[in-house]
Amino acid sequence: MPVEPITISIRGGMFQPRVYRVGRGEPLLWLHGAGGMAQGFTPDLEALAQHYDVIAPVHPGWDDTPGLEHLDDIHDLVVYYQDFCDALGLRSFFLAGHSLGGCFAAELAAARPDMVRKLVLVAPVGLWMDETPVTDLFVLLPQELPSYLVADPAHPSPAVAQLFRPPASEEEMAERLYQQIANFAAAGKFMWPIPDKGLKKRIHRIAAPTLILWGAADRLVPPAYGELFHRLIPTSQLRIIEGAGHLLPLEKTDEYVREVVDFLG
Amino acid sequence: MKFHWFHLMPWPYLPDDFQQKHRSVWVDVDYGLFDPVRGHHVYNEYLDELEFAEKCGFDGICCNEHHSNAYGLMPSPNLIAAALARRTERAALVVLGNSIALYNPPIRVAEEFAMLDILSGGRLVAGFPVGTSMDTNFAYGVTPATLRERYYEAHDLILQCWTRKDTFHFNGKYTQVRYVNPWPRPLQQPHPPIWIPGGGSIETWEWCADRGYLYCYLSYFGYIRGKAVMDNFWRRVEELGGDDNPYRAGFLQLVCVAESDAEAERLYAEHVSYFYNRCLHVYSGFADAPGYRTLKTVRAGIRAQVGAAASAIRQNLTWKDFVEQGYVVAGSPDSVAEQMEEVIKGLRVGHLMCLMQIGNMPKEKVLYNTKLFAEKVMPKLRSLWSEYEDRWFIKPLPPEQRARVGDIREPAAAG
Repeated sequence: MPVEPITISIRGGMFQPRVYRVGRGEPLLWLHGAGGMAQGFTPDLEALAQHYDVIAPVHPGWDDTPGLEHLDDIHDLVVYYQDFCDALGLRSFFLAGHSLGGCFAAELAAARPDMVRKLVLVAPVGLWMDETPVTDLFVLLPQELPSYLVADPAHPSPAVAQLFRPPASEEEMAERLYQQIANFAAAGKFMWPIPDKGLKKRIHRIAAPTLILWGAADRLVPPAYGELFHRLIPTSQLRIIEGAGHLLPLEKTDEYVREVVDFLG
Repeated sequence: MKFHWFHLMPWPYLPDDFQQKHRSVWVDVDYGLFDPVRGHHVYNEYLDELEFAEKCGFDGICCNEHHSNAYGLMPSPNLIAAALARRTERAALVVLGNSIALYNPPIRVAEEFAMLDILSGGRLVAGFPVGTSMDTNFAYGVTPATLRERYYEAHDLILQCWTRKDTFHFNGKYTQVRYVNPWPRPLQQPHPPIWIPGGGSIETWEWCADRGYLYCYLSYFGYIRGKAVMDNFWRRVEELGGDDNPYRAGFLQLVCVAESDAEAERLYAEHVSYFYNRCLHVYSGFADAPGYRTLKTVRAGIRAQVGAAASAIRQNLTWKDFVEQGYVVAGSPDSVAEQMEEVIKGLRVGHLMCLMQIGNMPKEKVLYNTKLFAEKVMPKLRSLWSEYEDRWFIKPLPPEQRARVGDIREPAAAG
């Protein structure tokens, strides 16, 4: 059964994020990546909801939600997520994020080590090495995306196949292209032209036990960044998943969920 | 009716297999294709051509700004305009323009334009383009979603620089300056004419109509395709209660004149082909960064970007197609005059930017094209729109107040 999001209001309606919330247990705040939450509650989140109270909000500006004009930089975003947690009464929780959402999660964990009990970073962006650049997501043509995002586009998992399913009509094709442009426009605010907005100056503040997960075949954010995050977060452990690319949670869902559950407990 | 002569300053030595071997003429174009010694000649010939256009009677000579671009060798158009200011005396220096969102503080643009205006005796037309995605987002690294906001803020600051006489502070989102007091400010009062060059984005021409600025549609795809944009511009002007004075609008048109239609094809076809197939060979990943256009504009145009509609544009066009579809106005002087009248009246434009050096067209042909147009086409069209007043043009100093440029006498012996 599809999970319906609720819409909540923050700072007098300045932000009206859609929030997917399913499951029982310890709260787990999940921050999505540049692509948004248009796929809804994907199988990886469903599996995690068997163990936790999964809270998956849409970032302001993604998936046609308002408020991006009030966020100029990562600092504004971190303040926003503190407002968001206040609005939901979240004081102490597990935090996880994927890709750009992983960057947001790391920033929030660095700003508010008191709030984050454990941290899971799945192929996060936010650091930069000149000799190993992160692929420029914004110049990839639509037909090129799958080969950068997943390890084996020819043999997709059901969730990946669903994500890249051929559009049923030109209308649907246009709508999906529009959503991608809109979401990437929002992502650009935190990633353009190089996704290095100062996390390196703050990452030492992360105090939570941290699990860093990376697909061995990630062609968007090379696994070398996993080593770098691991080096800069002394409380972290790094797990490389073979046969997975950047969309690790959708590609190797079982392995991914097992790693997360083993770590969070 | 006013005619301006527009130079893009393309690099004319892109190889025959450029399209096959390189993905883009812009942003990551291989610098190995450039040669500074040849470049020395190219720049100087191009300046000669602009100066020649003034001598032939064009009202304005135009330059523009591009970055990391092999068809536009003017990262700083103000340098070109400065060179022209000393070697010309009548024509408007139409700088189309400075991408004001790229400069921090934008006071720099206010200052340089003021210098050009004063140096030239009040002949500057100040263009404020938003700038293409290739120039601004990719080559200069500006975050797409912030570009327009930066642009509007820079515009406000520059206008204040030009119109306020006091020392003031500016507390913007992107620029904060405690003491704003540019020396000099412009000669033309209250400020030089402001023209807004655009590539057809809805928000650009709407804003332009709102402010009463001249909208200059710089399309390379001719008047037939340009009509939809210009019709929308005029509709917006009407909604806002503006008059229908054609001098509110400008349009760029490729023009090739020869003694006969057949001669035009013989002389110019290879250069037109060079322009469309090499100069405009832009990698589509660079064409339109996400966030460069507002979501409103993206939404309005999204259907045209997918499916059959998207693949139908400009494939393997020949000289005949380029002429018939109006990309290029070409032929004998009579034929060109006839087509130009259609362009001018159809789009309702009082300012026409003629692109007459096209692609790798060599200097002799450029001068020939220019002279023939000035002598045999322009006179037939001059009187169009004579019933309207052009309130969007330069107000230079009268001749008796002008400096005598280059007036050097032997110094008297010291002692």
